[in-house]
Amino acid sequence: MLDFPKWKIWSIWLTIGLCALLALPNALPPSMLASIPDGLPKSQLPLGLDLRGGSHLMLEALPTDVEKAKLESLEETVRGELRAAEGGAIGISDLSLAGNRLSFSVTELARTDQAVQILNKVTAPLGLGASREVEVARGSVPGQIVLTPTQAGINAAVDSAMAQAVEVIRKRIDELGTREPTIVRQGATRIVVQVPGLQDPEALKALLGKTAKLEFKLADVTADQVEVSQGRAPPGSQILPVQDGGTMVVKRRAIISGDQLVDAQVSTDQNGAPAVSFRFDSTGGRRFAQATTENVGKPFAIILDGVVISAPNINEPILGGSGIIMGNYTVQSANELAILLRSGKLPVELKVVEERTVGPDLGADSIRAGAIASIVAVLAVALLMVVTYGRFGVYAVVALFFNVIMILGIMSAAGFTLTLPGIAGMVLTIGAAVDANVLINERIREEQRKGRGVVASIETGFKEASRTIWDANSLNIIVAIIMFAFGSGPIKGFAVVLSIGIATSVFTAVTLVRLMVSRWVASSRPQSLSI
Amino acid sequence: MPLKLVPDNTNIGFVKLRFIAFALTLLLTIGAAGLLAVRGLNLGVDFVGGLTMQVEFAQAPAIDTLRERVDRVGVGDSALQEFGNDRTILIRLPLPEGDQSAVQRVVGKVRTALEKDYQGVKFARVESVSGKVSDELIKDGLWAVGLSMLFVALFTWFRFEWYFGVSTVVALVHDVVVTLGFFSLTQLEFDLNIVAAVLTIIGYSLNDKVVIDDRVRENLRKYRQMDIKQIIDLSVNETLPRTVMTSVTLLAALVALLILGPEVIFGFTAAMVLGIVVGTYSSIFVSSSLLISLGVKPRAAAVEDKRAAGAERIG
Repeated sequence: MLDFPKWKIWSIWLTIGLCALLALPNALPPSMLASIPDGLPKSQLPLGLDLRGGSHLMLEALPTDVEKAKLESLEETVRGELRAAEGGAIGISDLSLAGNRLSFSVTELARTDQAVQILNKVTAPLGLGASREVEVARGSVPGQIVLTPTQAGINAAVDSAMAQAVEVIRKRIDELGTREPTIVRQGATRIVVQVPGLQDPEALKALLGKTAKLEFKLADVTADQVEVSQGRAPPGSQILPVQDGGTMVVKRRAIISGDQLVDAQVSTDQNGAPAVSFRFDSTGGRRFAQATTENVGKPFAIILDGVVISAPNINEPILGGSGIIMGNYTVQSANELAILLRSGKLPVELKVVEERTVGPDLGADSIRAGAIASIVAVLAVALLMVVTYGRFGVYAVVALFFNVIMILGIMSAAGFTLTLPGIAGMVLTIGAAVDANVLINERIREEQRKGRGVVASIETGFKEASRTIWDANSLNIIVAIIMFAFGSGPIKGFAVVLSIGIATSVFTAVTLVRLMVSRWVASSRPQSLSI
Repeated sequence: MPLKLVPDNTNIGFVKLRFIAFALTLLLTIGAAGLLAVRGLNLGVDFVGGLTMQVEFAQAPAIDTLRERVDRVGVGDSALQEFGNDRTILIRLPLPEGDQSAVQRVVGKVRTALEKDYQGVKFARVESVSGKVSDELIKDGLWAVGLSMLFVALFTWFRFEWYFGVSTVVALVHDVVVTLGFFSLTQLEFDLNIVAAVLTIIGYSLNDKVVIDDRVRENLRKYRQMDIKQIIDLSVNETLPRTVMTSVTLLAALVALLILGPEVIFGFTAAMVLGIVVGTYSSIFVSSSLLISLGVKPRAAAVEDKRAAGAERIG
């Protein structure tokens, strides 16, 4: 029990040395950290938002929104493909998006087959083994065609919308100039955004809460005012609210959308008020030029997220591919809109379902209080151990010291985040890690009382206590793993520290202490034990 | 001479006290459960959804004036609470209808109102949780506690005998219910962190029980002719120095955290301090004596000899 082969001694100290090396960067100032050559460990323990201050936001998309968006884009496809059909455009009518499906009637019944064929082709699955995302079928009425997205299609749409949303969010946050945001998807419809050290979380939330879908639509000036006042728009048109109040009738089909923007910047209008100027890409520019040329003298609407922000008249064809949006902006709101337009629209509306923001001062207070508490805890436990067990207590305290270093080293290297509950976990580990030593030492005392010799007592003490330590720690690991699996954010941090602490404490409190005891026994051959 | 918290050859008749202990335990558990049923828990926004703002003032505000000020903003019924010191106030508000911008508007309104009337006010922490998320958090929390109990029971059953599994889980239920009762009594906020604390209590209370169970098993094997009551008493007394010493070191560390640590985790630490005390009590007085009532016999442990041999040595 007390014999240690050379290789074992070496590997014990090597393990501890390695962990100490991994933990070392935490003790260095940033200037020295920068000068560490590559290849050597230099990652510091990442601090959780509750310690460094910052915002944690959980955003959620409604899958029904994605389905709706999917149907809308399907409508675009159907209209575009049928218009471009071989042998001239296929006319359609009675288009409806009700009931999670797209239905319409082909005006020339004879061309129904051709329409079905075209639609089957454009909705054919991409790639080998891919399942159909849309079912194309004939409706009950002759000439009617019904397109229904399949579950696989909806799942794929949600998935790609969320992936796209992550990119858009990243762009928007980058525009704010924030350091190291964490943006990860969680589950099928959620995105978690963590932005450390933010001074103004309100600006962030304002940016994330908007879809920023920009559209340009022609005004429908021929609409019957009486019908409109009763909330009924003519076919092919829709009624939209206007930002400054009132409503406006516009053509349902957009001439152009924000997807074709390449740039948007804050500028001023002719009166010097803040505005947002934008530029289209070349195709967008051509389409804009064509549409404005065809509609000189008519008003059109600039629509953001379903609200008309302005409705200027087309005085002359706009050929340069750029334009300006005026809408009673302040410099700040104009800047916000410019950022939104530059980063593109979110494919789906996201709602904040959970927010946790901690000010940087509170975080710093927590670190300070946590550090003081940890130091006092170590001193109190160390004092108790040394007073109670003398030399064996000193060994336990040395092991405790190395245990803390090992936890820090492993966490730094693995990149686990230290949270406030994590600090509590550290303090708890300090209190609990010596349990193994208490078990061993009490057992040695018992064996002594039974009148056994020094070496026999120590050997039996370690052997008998080891089984108990094994049982107790396995149970604690089970509980910590369950906590990790079900906990969120900070609690995960607690569970991580606890699990690592349990594992390292068995190593330091049992193996390392046994090594120290065996060295001492071998070198000084004690005749009696004071324990 | 080293300090001994428990003198050598201590021999306390725990088994004799068992019926008093059972009665007390039952009383505590029922009392705590009753308290939970009547008073309930002061559930934090994690579990009921809503909005919490931790606001720091330059001088201690008069709570009533402040409450009136917040209510005048017209964003729902507020609940105010001092947090650690009289300059820090926790303001709880119901989650407004509508989307996130509604939450922002509420925070904005309260901020504007307070900044006008109180110089140098700071919003140190803002948390908002929607009803949907809080329902999920409740579900996850219950799952975590339930699964922990189940695994613990299975593990003790596998490693020892079913008697040990049952007595351990009974004692653990007591530990958890009493801790929850404490939160009902003090109306300290019950949030996600407290669930973590409860899980930790389960873990460490188990430590004590496993150590004693382990010794009971060892003694059952060693003294096959001895009366079971004597064996239990012997085992509990033999492990008493360890039980006391470990609880004292844990408490020393946790009390340091309780007094000096950050206010945000006060409830978390308080739960664990209480849990250690309750867990130690139930380990010494309840779970081991319960083995007698469950009818554990020396011969029952003998079958376990082989199974335990596998894990004799570690480290």
